[in-house]
Amino acid sequence: MLCDICGKNQATVHLTEIVDDKMTELHLCEECAQKKSAQMESHFGLADLLAGLAEVGTGFSKTKKEPNIRCPRCGLTYEDFKKIGRLGCGDCYSAFRESLIPLLKRIHGSTQHYGKSPKRILQKPTVKIAKRKNELLEMKERLQKAIELEEFEEAARLRDKIRGMEKKKK
Amino acid sequence: MNLDDLLKDKGEWLRATGPNSDIVMSSRIRLARNLSKYPFSHWASKKEQQDVLQVSSRAIKGSKKIKGCLSLDIGRLDAVDKQFLVERHLMSKEHIVASENKGLCIGDKEVLSIMINEEDHLRIQVMKSGFDLRKAWYIINDIDDELGSLLSYAYSLDFGYLTACPTNTGTGMRASVMLHLPSLVMTKQIGKVLQAITKLSLTARGLYGEGTDAIGNFFQVSNQVSLGHKEEDIIDNIERIIKQIIDHEHSARQALLSQNRAVLEDKIWRAFGTLKSAHIISSGETIDLLSLVRLGVDLNLIKRLDRALVNELFIITQPAHLQKIEKKRLSPNERDIKRADIIREKLTKN
Repeated sequence: MLCDICGKNQATVHLTEIVDDKMTELHLCEECAQKKSAQMESHFGLADLLAGLAEVGTGFSKTKKEPNIRCPRCGLTYEDFKKIGRLGCGDCYSAFRESLIPLLKRIHGSTQHYGKSPKRILQKPTVKIAKRKNELLEMKERLQKAIELEEFEEAARLRDKIRGMEKKKK
Repeated sequence: MNLDDLLKDKGEWLRATGPNSDIVMSSRIRLARNLSKYPFSHWASKKEQQDVLQVSSRAIKGSKKIKGCLSLDIGRLDAVDKQFLVERHLMSKEHIVASENKGLCIGDKEVLSIMINEEDHLRIQVMKSGFDLRKAWYIINDIDDELGSLLSYAYSLDFGYLTACPTNTGTGMRASVMLHLPSLVMTKQIGKVLQAITKLSLTARGLYGEGTDAIGNFFQVSNQVSLGHKEEDIIDNIERIIKQIIDHEHSARQALLSQNRAVLEDKIWRAFGTLKSAHIISSGETIDLLSLVRLGVDLNLIKRLDRALVNELFIITQPAHLQKIEKKRLSPNERDIKRADIIREKLTKN
């Protein structure tokens, strides 16, 4: 069977498309299928994609019925979030913490912020200590990575820095 | 200053003065910030949205780093004005939808713009000409520091800046570079480049961001990950990759020149000729031909044509710009005629 779009190559991908309740079948070669899927992705909103991810993030045991948690401050439920792909307020991050951690890990490969912080927050003394803790944590992660990549010079440098930081803490 | 004054000049990012301006049109950094006291814009009541708009506008006005800002109430603008701001890259397409209680602040030379009540309460953007993410970061970091001392941002020690969409959490930063890669497209290497970019946790989009086509051989490359790395490290990573793409585009240009010079010159001069002579031209054809002319300028084949003028033509030939210049509504057919007029005038004067 030849490809429905280019009519030149052998069709190896078979696609069922539903547009306005009408179903059409397409038989495509690999090249045209790739182009087609790129078109489809642009129709596919980020919110849908996220909603899908959120589902995966919590779906370890589908049989166990999960309670639909509600953010005590803004009233958004985790179900709402799965539908719209947006959280309701800053407090949602603590309300849905358990479900958000695997999701954030999936999106960013990390669940710990290392970047800048607002000046207002930095002025609190408890924050300064926590910030130092974060830095130490980051250093340790970087050391681990350096060892894995066999970048030993960098690893030695990081190790000494961590030792110094830990001494200061004591 | 009012909205129409923007027409008299072009934004700093179009002036082709920054590093690697032959390949990089502009560098942009945006930060997503929310006020801790209010629900995110989409989940907030009308009253809360109004408060966010008021509180943020007051902080922006009170800021010492942001001077001479043009403040706009998006809900009060007509459709052409809104589209005009999107065409200038001062706000997103999303900011047009349900524009009640949405604000926009535009700084000097259009380097800075702040959207209020977009997906996040604040979307701060700094755009610079050429390949200059460092400079953009330096400016935006300074502004964000100050706004962060005036406003109480939603922030947690572990997740960083909290945003409506978890894909922006952490630094809330998206750093992007607009690249013009005609030779990688012509030599059919672009697919490989885009594939490699995705593997390095970057994304490539079209001229107008998410969900737009790569028209005129423009590609916007940006970071996908915003949590788990310092802002400077994210920028470092993009810079390293962009440098490689720039090198690839340079070698593809040289390869085209040495192997297919006649074909390339023919394409470029025909494009230039069409733009200089057409009396009716669509925006799609304009962008494709301007892309070739820009390549001609970059390769020094077309001399005595200013790159900044070519950059400007990409923007002022778009529908809302044409209607602002003409000061009236134009039908698509009328626009195609007006567009051809402007291009002819600008190219023959030069």
